[in-house]
Amino acid sequence: MSVDKQQLWSFHGGLHLPGHKAMSTQQPIGDVFIPSKLVLPLQQHIGEMSEAIVSAGEHVLKGQLLAKSGGYISVPLHAPTSGTVIEISKQVVPHPSGLSSSCIILKPDGKDQWCELDTHQRYQDMDPSALRNRLRDAGIVGLGGAGFPSFIKLNPGARTAIDELIINAAECEPYITCDDSLMRESAEHIVQGIEIMQHALQAKRCLIGIEDNKPEACSAMQQAVERAGNASIRVVPIPTLYPAGGEKQIIKVLTGKETPSQGLPVDVGIVCHNVATALAINNAINNGLPLISRVITLTGSGVNTPGNHEVLIGTPINEWIEHCGGYHDNVSQLIMGGPMMGFNLGDDHVPVIKTTNCILALTEDEFHRNKQATMPCIRCGACMDVCPAQLLPQQLYWQAFARDFDKIQDYNLFDCIECGCCSYVCPSQIPLVQYYRFAKTEIWAQERDKQHSDKARQRHEFRLQRLEADKKEKAENRRKKLAALNASKGKTENQDGKKAEIEAALARVRQKQSLKQSEPQNTDNLTAEQQSKIDEIDARREQTTDNKGPSN
Amino acid sequence: MKFSTTTSPYLHDNSNVSAVMLQVLLALIPGIAAYVWWFGWAIIINISIACVTAIIFESAILRLRKRPVYNTLSDYSAIVTAILLALALPTLAPWWLIVVACFFAIVIAKHLYGGIGYNPFNPAMIGYVVVLVSFPQHMTQWLLPHTDVSLLQNLQIQFQGLQLDGISGATPIDSLKTVVRDQQSLADINPAGLLGHIGGYGWEWIGASFLLGGLWLIYKGIISWQIPTGMLASIAAFSMIMFAIDAHQYSNPLVQLFSGGTILAAFFIATDPVTASTTPRGRLIYAAGIGILTYIIRTWGGYPDGIAFAVLLMNMAVPTIDYYTRPRVFGTS
Repeated sequence: MSVDKQQLWSFHGGLHLPGHKAMSTQQPIGDVFIPSKLVLPLQQHIGEMSEAIVSAGEHVLKGQLLAKSGGYISVPLHAPTSGTVIEISKQVVPHPSGLSSSCIILKPDGKDQWCELDTHQRYQDMDPSALRNRLRDAGIVGLGGAGFPSFIKLNPGARTAIDELIINAAECEPYITCDDSLMRESAEHIVQGIEIMQHALQAKRCLIGIEDNKPEACSAMQQAVERAGNASIRVVPIPTLYPAGGEKQIIKVLTGKETPSQGLPVDVGIVCHNVATALAINNAINNGLPLISRVITLTGSGVNTPGNHEVLIGTPINEWIEHCGGYHDNVSQLIMGGPMMGFNLGDDHVPVIKTTNCILALTEDEFHRNKQATMPCIRCGACMDVCPAQLLPQQLYWQAFARDFDKIQDYNLFDCIECGCCSYVCPSQIPLVQYYRFAKTEIWAQERDKQHSDKARQRHEFRLQRLEADKKEKAENRRKKLAALNASKGKTENQDGKKAEIEAALARVRQKQSLKQSEPQNTDNLTAEQQSKIDEIDARREQTTDNKGPSN
Repeated sequence: MKFSTTTSPYLHDNSNVSAVMLQVLLALIPGIAAYVWWFGWAIIINISIACVTAIIFESAILRLRKRPVYNTLSDYSAIVTAILLALALPTLAPWWLIVVACFFAIVIAKHLYGGIGYNPFNPAMIGYVVVLVSFPQHMTQWLLPHTDVSLLQNLQIQFQGLQLDGISGATPIDSLKTVVRDQQSLADINPAGLLGHIGGYGWEWIGASFLLGGLWLIYKGIISWQIPTGMLASIAAFSMIMFAIDAHQYSNPLVQLFSGGTILAAFFIATDPVTASTTPRGRLIYAAGIGILTYIIRTWGGYPDGIAFAVLLMNMAVPTIDYYTRPRVFGTS
């Protein structure tokens, strides 16, 4: 078997980190176990929260829809096993700040009974947009960590041609091995998932980037690709260098293309997906399975039996760890994700979610932070030398420290991927990434404030404008009226002749009428009685006219 | 189960400022050893005086500033400053001269600006320049190489002002300046034994030893290659031009590189990360500026060597240099 040799590029900086990967790859992926309850947050992805469509007390089957998409950037949520919905309430969710969010709590009935799954058709016969809809309905999000709804990333949008689909199987963070295990055990299905993605994107070729510290996974994938007989897919081993699994970094390594600052891979004709997502997509399209479980690494010296397990989404971490052999006595830190970019869990009762790839329990010995007091920055530039985004972390630190948020953006703060390389090498032990997160959050808050005040100012300015316009309109009307008045006066003087003519005509008519009046008609053959009545009336009329005086 | 929380990354390579400074101290050992070989105990006395006073001043000012004394002292930065200062000052400098220089270096240049990491000027060079402009006559007390002076005599000279004839004289760099000023020829001074094989007699070996330590620091990644390269290359280029114009008056580049404190400054003084430029291109420009200014001052200026002024002048230019030499960010053109 030969692995394709192809040209590779490199990115600036990076770190050779101790891998600690062997401890969790000794056993095959462990079976699913059903915990006593499942806690399913409605927000497990980037975008809008899903909307629950079940209510407390309802019995649901495995794979049944529990919550529908809450918007375009959103996916539905399904029941990981059959059971009863106990309640929908706020629970502590896995989040760096330990916040609470709406969750559906499901009590499994132990039967693990499937609902009826959608019959499916061959993906080759499906229109890419129908394929995307199916993936959305299956609740699939990126399983690499960010959790962006996959169907959106499989939509090339305005770009007609996607040159390359890149499958990120680098798994560059120490300790994590879930993708490694998946590739060793399910390479064939992963390749099928990749072919589905290629179809959806109409991508010309696909590169699967795997760090060269995973030779077994590499050869398993290579064999699967050969069996599939798809010449457009290539397995490419890449040098092990953290963070080679960063999206922009793996694209650079495999294609030499740089995703523009503040841009997306699609801007350079590339779409990048995680390898575990490929498997989930295969399951959704070829087997009709919604995303209800995933493979997660449980590792670190803080647990007794590290390994990779298939875990139901929503499984409380404490139950899972208990099921897998429990904590070591010296455990001191519990981390969701890897040791470089993960976050601490203050409490192990939180559930695993769709984006959980690793639960890392570190002992005091493994945990190398904050042993010494932080010293001032001596500008040694060690951070600059390892920064994969080619930033100046030492300068960004000063600007964050000084809250100079304009300048820090001028120094491309938002190109920081928070990989943690700078903090790792800092001899002054400054938590640099924390400063950048702080600055980013502050800038976002300022932007929001600015938008609010901009809106208010716009409203105010609009009102002033409207008042001004009203005033102008009134003045204009007055001016017009005045002008019209003047104009009519002018007309009177100018058109005397015409008026005189009209007057004369009117006078003639009046004269005629008065003549008619003075000569009453049909008076020729009046009886004496009629004549006396007329006289009487005439006398009375004369009288009233005299009394009232001239009426006009 | 409840756990404590902090922020990622949760790993660290265990490097620290103390380790960085300790490696700098280690790298100085060959040069100091060569110094002792050529000039005897005087430099050890100077280093001892400088270290003791630096520690005392640093402890006192930290106490005044209500900062943790032990934490800061144990970063060894004050010791590095003190040793560099001792190496820069004349071999037979009276004890109080060293104390004054240390005071200005540690208290004024370092701590009044906020302590390590916050000082815009190289503390050792500030200390040196203050005594240079204040006590110029004491700044010429350089021992001649391989002079037979005992430890006791050395102590008496530095603490009690003992005067001995024929043990001190101008340094090679100073003599080179005199040649240019008085329109002499280099050939006139060479018989006096001022120049050795490639640089100043004796000094060339001290320079070579500092070079060894400096290269080790680059190899260990403690200092960047740009600063020594920029400084040495610019001095070499400038002196090459002058040497080509008039080889009788202007010494060849090797003499310039291996005399005075050129090598020491290029690897140990200009590389002080706090006060040097921090970008790769900026470091080259900063170092080239130091080299050019050093050559100008040491050849045509009024002071024996120009390194200290050159370093301080370029320290001032660092923010501007840093601003205009930012590297290209990933994904930008």
